[in-house]
Amino acid sequence: MTESTNSERRSAPPGETGNTLVEPPETPVPEEPVTPPSEPGEKKVVRLGDRVFQSVATGSGIFVVAIIAAIGLFLLVRAIPALHANEANFLLSGQWRTGDPENMAFGIIDLAWITVASSLVALILAMPVAGGIALFLTQYAPKVLARPFAYVVDLLAAVPSVIYGLWGALVLAPVLKPVAVRLNETLGWIPIFADGNVPAGSGSNVFTAGIVLAVMILPIITGVAREVFARTPAVQIEGALALGATKWEVVRTTVWPFGRSGFVGGAMLGLGRALGETVALTVILSYTFEGPHYSIFDAGATFASRIALGSAEFNNNLTVGAYIAAGLVLFISTFAVNAIARWIESGSARGKE
Amino acid sequence: MAKRLDIKDLNLYYNKFHAVRDVTLQVHARSVTAFIGPSGCGKSTVLRALNRMHEVVPGSRVEGSVLLDGENVYAPGVDPVQVRRTIGMVFQRANPFPTMSIRDNVVAGLKLAGVKDKKRLEEVTERSLRGANLWEEVKDRLNKPGGGLSGGQQQRLCIARAIAVQPDVLLMDEPCSALDPISTLAIEDLIAELKKDYTIVIVTHNMQQAARVSDQTAFFNLPAVGEPGQLVEIGETGKIFSNPSQKATEDYISGRFG
Repeated sequence: MTESTNSERRSAPPGETGNTLVEPPETPVPEEPVTPPSEPGEKKVVRLGDRVFQSVATGSGIFVVAIIAAIGLFLLVRAIPALHANEANFLLSGQWRTGDPENMAFGIIDLAWITVASSLVALILAMPVAGGIALFLTQYAPKVLARPFAYVVDLLAAVPSVIYGLWGALVLAPVLKPVAVRLNETLGWIPIFADGNVPAGSGSNVFTAGIVLAVMILPIITGVAREVFARTPAVQIEGALALGATKWEVVRTTVWPFGRSGFVGGAMLGLGRALGETVALTVILSYTFEGPHYSIFDAGATFASRIALGSAEFNNNLTVGAYIAAGLVLFISTFAVNAIARWIESGSARGKE
Repeated sequence: MAKRLDIKDLNLYYNKFHAVRDVTLQVHARSVTAFIGPSGCGKSTVLRALNRMHEVVPGSRVEGSVLLDGENVYAPGVDPVQVRRTIGMVFQRANPFPTMSIRDNVVAGLKLAGVKDKKRLEEVTERSLRGANLWEEVKDRLNKPGGGLSGGQQQRLCIARAIAVQPDVLLMDEPCSALDPISTLAIEDLIAELKKDYTIVIVTHNMQQAARVSDQTAFFNLPAVGEPGQLVEIGETGKIFSNPSQKATEDYISGRFG
């Protein structure tokens, strides 16, 4: 495939084919073989339509890569001066003092904790539910029900994240208050359920944020899982049935092993989404100057919400650079998570022939 | 083991479509019965009705009865899962579970039935693989995935998987149609051996194969396009291929149509 494309390209330079190819790109060229049939094997036949299409497609592909590279470069270039001016350890400090460009001290450890904790809470809650929904839709639900139900799940992805934020802060947080207090009281001896830097009953903590994020990433994981589960080969399912497998055993012996890695890949995509979520978490999480206690009842800011909250401070390059440095860390981590997701997904495709 | 099948007035439907009409035939124990006929005549559908696999297609329906040594597998209260554990099936496309090892593939049916005894599973693995003429080829790589075998080996692995549970009847739906002649020969030899212990029903498009492996042959046909498939005649394989009683059978086996 790649080889043939390469050899086509190699035969294309106008210097070689100039006398046989009528080439002004604006004028329409008759769709004929450009190489005379009398000399086969010397030059590959390339039609204009193919060349145009190939250039457009290749160009689009390069464009995307170039944009990503440009963003990465921008982040790096703007972050470096600020990192030089930083008086604290960027990776290990919890401070965030960026107002005075002459005297900046900032670090990401607290942001990283809130980001990762809320995303992991979301993932832990969303994965089993998404897997269940996908199995229900592909294996159990009658066809007439499966389609509208799938639309409803997809619709969750269409709700703007500020709506999720408001819903989380105004509706969900009060409802969760007794649950959070109860969890904190009974399981408080486990560090992640211990007292956070805000009261467990406040609602504006990682616990609430994680649940809202779980709802937000549910359609992503469900969508991917539905795709891979539905692709389970029918011969596999019939093979299991013919051995006397019950419905659940069919799922366990064929559908699940077949779709497992795709499902995990989908969860990673969801994680990438959760890590970068901004508005919903800005609305839900209350800001506090006390450092986190490494509990899910902590409040604080994620990378993204810290940047959003700080936008009022963007008045000189070094201050902005500090925020951009935080953004760079977020960019790299979502990039890595998505790359891992793709790698896992392609691995699942490779495993099946 | 090795039970007789009596099929009585079997009518099969996919939604409103009447696929097969009024099939009545007997399958003798410890013998090979071949179903032949043109594409779409319903022979695979009949085969799949015998172990209640027909009904896994949404909208399908069954009328009539299939008696396994006198017991109707369609009687109310009979669990289709249980029926499929006693009537095994081998498919057109070899379908070992790709993520399972060769060993786990063979004993998958037993594990579903709740057998956990390691020693027993070992014995069954070897016995079934020997029974499927595959033991010598795979005994050193039982822990490798079943998907790594050749097509013919995969099909024999599926046969080993089917006979591991020692079914009363073994159904084969065009088991050789995706295989090369040498693998086909291996499977045909295997069928000849298996019929000492098992009742076998095989659907095949290959009439030479039907003539080679079967004791009795049933010829199915479509009377006309859109009408349900029917059983034209069933009889000793030798008689069907040399002196059939129906004109349609003679036309088909002599290659005049289909």
